[in-house]
Amino acid sequence: MKLEIINGHLVDPKNEINQQANVYIADGKVIAVGKQPADWQADQCIDAKNNLVLPGLVELSASLREPGHEHKATVQSETKAAAAAGITSLACLPTTDPVVDTPAQVELIEQLSQSSGQCHVYVIGALTTNLNGENLSEMAALKAAGCVGVSNVFHPMKSSLVLRRAMEYASSQDLTVFSYPLVHALANHGCVHEGITSSRLGLPGIPAAAETAAVAFQIALIEELQVRTHFCRISTHRSVSMISRARFDKLPITADTSILHLYLTDQEIQGFDGLCHNQPPFRTLDDREGLRKGLQDGSLSAICADHQPHEIEAKLAPFQSTEPGSSTLETLLPLTLELVKEDALTLSDAVNLVTQQPADILGIPAGNLCVGAYADACIVDLNHSWILNSENMLSRGKNTPLLGDQLNGRVTHTILNGKLIYETNLQ
Amino acid sequence: MRHFLQIDGLNTEDLHHILDTTESFTSVDDRAVKKVPLLRGKTIVNLFFEPSTRTRTTFELAAKRLSADVLNINIATSATTKGESLLDTLFNLQAMNTDMFVVRHPESGAAELISKYVDSHVSVINAGDGRHAHPTQAMLDMFTIRKHFKDFSKLSVAIVGDILHSRVARSQIEALNLLGTKEIRVIAPRTLLPANVEQLGVEFFQNCREGLRDVDVVIMLRLQKERMQGGFIPSEHEYFQLYGLTPERLAIAKPSAIVMHPGPINRGVEISSEVADGPQSVILQQVEYGIAVRMAILSLAMSSDDSLDTGSNN
Repeated sequence: MKLEIINGHLVDPKNEINQQANVYIADGKVIAVGKQPADWQADQCIDAKNNLVLPGLVELSASLREPGHEHKATVQSETKAAAAAGITSLACLPTTDPVVDTPAQVELIEQLSQSSGQCHVYVIGALTTNLNGENLSEMAALKAAGCVGVSNVFHPMKSSLVLRRAMEYASSQDLTVFSYPLVHALANHGCVHEGITSSRLGLPGIPAAAETAAVAFQIALIEELQVRTHFCRISTHRSVSMISRARFDKLPITADTSILHLYLTDQEIQGFDGLCHNQPPFRTLDDREGLRKGLQDGSLSAICADHQPHEIEAKLAPFQSTEPGSSTLETLLPLTLELVKEDALTLSDAVNLVTQQPADILGIPAGNLCVGAYADACIVDLNHSWILNSENMLSRGKNTPLLGDQLNGRVTHTILNGKLIYETNLQ
Repeated sequence: MRHFLQIDGLNTEDLHHILDTTESFTSVDDRAVKKVPLLRGKTIVNLFFEPSTRTRTTFELAAKRLSADVLNINIATSATTKGESLLDTLFNLQAMNTDMFVVRHPESGAAELISKYVDSHVSVINAGDGRHAHPTQAMLDMFTIRKHFKDFSKLSVAIVGDILHSRVARSQIEALNLLGTKEIRVIAPRTLLPANVEQLGVEFFQNCREGLRDVDVVIMLRLQKERMQGGFIPSEHEYFQLYGLTPERLAIAKPSAIVMHPGPINRGVEISSEVADGPQSVILQQVEYGIAVRMAILSLAMSSDDSLDTGSNN
């Protein structure tokens, strides 16, 4: 099977390509870029004239909800949504039911994703058994089963001592710890950023210090232990400063933020809209600008969707009782490209933050179109404007504060392992 | 106005309109037959997800004096403990052809949520949601103040105590600001103040000596017993020493100052009995005016006057 993508504007940050270039694919791999190989006869040709051609996107955090929460979403439904969003690799979280703390759970998810065939799915395993924060999971077994990292997500660790040991043990299995920095006692069941909005609405707030204190504490541990750590969903500008300093000091730290945190602040929550309930919470304008700056100067290495699909009922309650999180796979790319329009990022840097850099964080072979690499790519019509609504979202979760908003840029084709798996005709 | 959910979103004229309407209802109380037929044939459901005596009974009396049929439902001990969701409970009650819900709920935003899902002819009145708002209490407090002082623009008002957890304080602050109050002060230790409190339009003081100086109105807030466990204050004793309203402390305020409290009061915790029962206390007047204020708000909500609508954006 030979496939060619012609006339498109290729952006491949890894190879420093940002110009019109054809891509030639055979047997699932990229065999040439720019120059047509000798004796080339394509079985299929995609004309990407006026469109962008990108390496397939790599998503650091998507909750696929299966097993255990199939009323929210399934591996099949969400990987389909990923394909339509140009995402060809994603990492899913251990917060299923049962928790992903044994090889059997990893294998189940891998089987489900293979039979769906829409996206490469990588599993982040539980750092502690049943995420109880107390007993270490069998990390060597999880790694052998294919886990790309371990995390306790937002479940608290029993003590700082257990955290230290878990980080060390993960390190000796050569596993990256995906840390969600939060001092739970300071967060104290809050549901919005602590500030004027929480005061006005009478909602319990989560102070910025609930995050920054945890980041500072863990940086101190990492400095001593030299354990590879990725900070997930940084939401405050002070955390960005600390991470920036730690990276300058050559500590083995990376960090990401979510796409919604680059746009939304606590000001959006005026009407108790449960769709704005997020963890970590949307913070202030200063924080939002600090996160954007962190992406510009390299303190933050990736933008992620932080995809959390929910059933409708999960958001139909008083704000504090709604479940946090948004369904965001399908907005990751348009909103990332919007940052380019707003001059917050160059096109190449923006693409890098959702392709090669998250791939490096996960340690997976993805995020570029090098000759010989797996041919995962997407084609984007940059000029297509569309309104996000529950009908055109493929994710089973329709929970996003952006419903009804106009988005610019839409994926027209997605290629996985050299095969066209998604195509849409835009009007 | 169809819904009455919060003070925020109303304007100064709206508040005066409510206060003027209240004035016209105060005389109903003095009649031999304390009833007017304004809401005859209407069904009002008091939907209380949290225990309450004063607020529920004054709403009930207000509705009955307007000749409405009233149903009291105490959900704290019924449906939601059976796993029924807030909205399912609501839809079931709405199916019984009710015209209005008076809602009290322990979570902020509950009344607004309900207002978004009721049928278009049904009104929702917020009788207190979490820490967010208690707008009818704030209106009866404004009415009480207006009874004693004509001009808000000359008044200094101090609110003393647990501002952080108080829906009453939030609504009072909004109403006092709308009515053009000269000076609004809050007095509390930092642990009982919400973040960025000054952005609510108040000045904050950490001690009564400065905070009460020359004020016209002192509003004391109730201190919940559980605040001692949460590490907000060390003890009732120390709290009373620092913030309890005693005759000596009240003397710092203007001689003409009035003392208010949304109730129920904790004698010897936030207020001494001498002050609570003393000549400057208007605490029982507040309760009395509570009925007329609620009659005004119920009747305005049930009238077709859409000029007042605190239902948020829709």
